[in-house]
Amino acid sequence: MGKRSRTLSTTSDIDNNHHPRKRSAHSPVNLPTPTSTKQMSDDAMSDYYSDEEMEYNYSDADQDVDDVENEEEEDYAQFTPALPAKKALAWDVEYDSVEPDQLREIVTKDVDHVAGIFGVEPEIARALLRHYKWNKERLIEQYMDSPERVLASAGLPIQLGTFYPSTSRTPAKAKPTPRSKTFSCPICASTQPIDMAMALPCGHTFCSECWEMYLVSKIKDEGECDVRCMEEGCAMRIPTAWVTKLLDKSTFERYQELLLAAYVADNKNIRFCPFPSCDLAVITPNFSPTASALSTTVPTVHCGHNHTFCFGCGEQQDHRPLICAVVKMWLRKCADDSETANWIKSNTKECPKCVSTIEKNGGCNHMTCKKCKHEFCWVCMGPWTEHGTAWYNCNRYDEKAGVDARDAQSRSRASLERYLHYYNRFANHEQSARLDRELYAKTEKKMEEMQIASELTWIEVQFAKRAVDELVRCRTTLKWTYAMAFYLEKNNETIMFEDNQRDLERAVEELSELLESPIEPATISELRSKMTNLTVYVQKRNEIMLNDTAQKYQDSAWIWNVSVPEF
Amino acid sequence: MSLPKRILKETERLRNDPAPGITAVPHEDNVRYFDVTVEGPDGSPFAGGNFHLELFLPEEYPMAPPKVRFLTKIYHPNIDKLGRICLDILKDKWSPALQIRTVLLSVQALLSSPNPDDPLATDVAKHYKEDLPGAQEISREWTEKFAAK
Ligand SMILES: [Zn+2]
Ligand SMILES: [Zn+2]
Ligand SMILES: [Zn+2]
Ligand SMILES: [Zn+2]
Ligand SMILES: [Zn+2]
Ligand SMILES: [Zn+2]
Ligand SMILES: [Zn+2]
Repeated sequence: MGKRSRTLSTTSDIDNNHHPRKRSAHSPVNLPTPTSTKQMSDDAMSDYYSDEEMEYNYSDADQDVDDVENEEEEDYAQFTPALPAKKALAWDVEYDSVEPDQLREIVTKDVDHVAGIFGVEPEIARALLRHYKWNKERLIEQYMDSPERVLASAGLPIQLGTFYPSTSRTPAKAKPTPRSKTFSCPICASTQPIDMAMALPCGHTFCSECWEMYLVSKIKDEGECDVRCMEEGCAMRIPTAWVTKLLDKSTFERYQELLLAAYVADNKNIRFCPFPSCDLAVITPNFSPTASALSTTVPTVHCGHNHTFCFGCGEQQDHRPLICAVVKMWLRKCADDSETANWIKSNTKECPKCVSTIEKNGGCNHMTCKKCKHEFCWVCMGPWTEHGTAWYNCNRYDEKAGVDARDAQSRSRASLERYLHYYNRFANHEQSARLDRELYAKTEKKMEEMQIASELTWIEVQFAKRAVDELVRCRTTLKWTYAMAFYLEKNNETIMFEDNQRDLERAVEELSELLESPIEPATISELRSKMTNLTVYVQKRNEIMLNDTAQKYQDSAWIWNVSVPEF
Repeated sequence: MSLPKRILKETERLRNDPAPGITAVPHEDNVRYFDVTVEGPDGSPFAGGNFHLELFLPEEYPMAPPKVRFLTKIYHPNIDKLGRICLDILKDKWSPALQIRTVLLSVQALLSSPNPDDPLATDVAKHYKEDLPGAQEISREWTEKFAAK
């Protein structure tokens, strides 16, 4: 790899390592900006730009980094070391993150297109599209065949224009006797002035208050945006003009939300971000989450607020490399077996030597008992000395030990132990990721303090942040590889899988351990270079793990030890 | 708009012009709660029975449907052990234009024509589908046992 300047394109390359091929059309994911960046003045910024400290050189990364240029428009992300550009992973789907307004624009475009072809009001086109579940092609085909039939089936009057979209307050076909100045509403049984009557083109006439109550109950209580006539069995659609006229602001807003939700629900290529109170949606123009697509890929996406979720199942995390259907099975199993597994999840264990209680307070598995100084592995509770560089032995469920266990104990016990083996490691990485984050928060605070006392700047903390981000990402992968291993039939593929898993895990734990090391002004430079190199390495291992699994999904090489239902 | 007016009008009509084989009398202390009786339709396994039901008009009535439940035990594929009724107009097909009277007539019609393809009591529905005469015999027995006048 040749020279690479730290410009915006580099930034997007870094970004793309994790979500490649993301399009920039609709202002996609921004890298999170630390608050300290925002607080910096322009002058301070240019100081940082010319900081000698910014010249990083990573042998592992196999590249040089040019001096930083003083370009105003560059954002902070360029300070993060440039990493080798990656080939797109086999999993990646092309997607955009869109705001509600942008989504509404997309809907409007569809509506206007159809309205133009049919020569009808947008409202009619919208109702027709909704009735056809936004299948434009099918609608156009059938409308060309017989507009009357299509209009009637969608609950629209055949004689357009006489009613839509104007607001009719007088009955279309007056039901009461012509001379009457009052009418009796059959819903509320009250006699009212004739101008309180409102009729749809079907002629069904009720008072405006009843129509309003009906609309509110449909929209607010039932969450229904396709409201039909109040008369029993009448399919006539209520025009938006009535909704606008009759409803208060909050109900109308709810109506608009429902319209958008109906559009998204009908559209396989759009999904709302599942994070609570996030109103963004993600569009995958060239990917439909069909059962067959989801049997070989995991469409991980990120909304514009940087929430990571699965486009296939809505799970609020990147669950690669395990496919949605198996993730669902695993999560259900964990929920069912939570009682038995609870003890393992707990943060405390006893020292295998002196039996004093030890609490895990960092992500690293290397434990030292405060009382007797015994060093052991948190995962298998074996002595750390036996692990040395081969500590990764504990990533495998020891088949031999398993056989012994089966001899000694009942089969159900063995199957529970097998489950607990994988669950333990799954839960451990989940917990460690959280602890790593907590540790980072502590580290960052410490660095801020040091920054005041010394020449260090906030930039110094960025390498640690990158390390933590990568750690959390890789622990998430590792976590799911254990769930995957639980369901994989043992064969040559799984041996390689476990090798990759072990390599990644070893790298991750090493980085995690490094994160725990004390940060002193004198050694920070050395620590930074060490941690940055390791971060690059960990990222590479993660990619190897993911690329290999992706490839084998493509080749149908994974064999599950249970029957996996279609997602 | 006075909703109770509609309830009063309906109540008045139920009293003065009752539907054949149906009575619905509101409680004195709660005008939204009705004691209902429905006669089993002739020609059905429920003929000769007098079935007791309760009917409650929720606050949202008539925008929301009334709540209706059988109090008399009945062997019917669309009515479960708790007396709950599987009837479309009591759920998604409800229209505010429907009335207590039409609801009870629909319930009576359901006794004449059970629909085992949309079951609420799945075991009864299965029985009805696999052995209609046998199932109807049980319905008749239950009618005699629990719904005798
Ligand atoms: Zn009215
Ligand atoms: Zn109508
Ligand atoms: Zn989001
Ligand atoms: Zn998924
Ligand atoms: Zn100890
Ligand atoms: Zn450690
Ligand atoms: Zn171990």
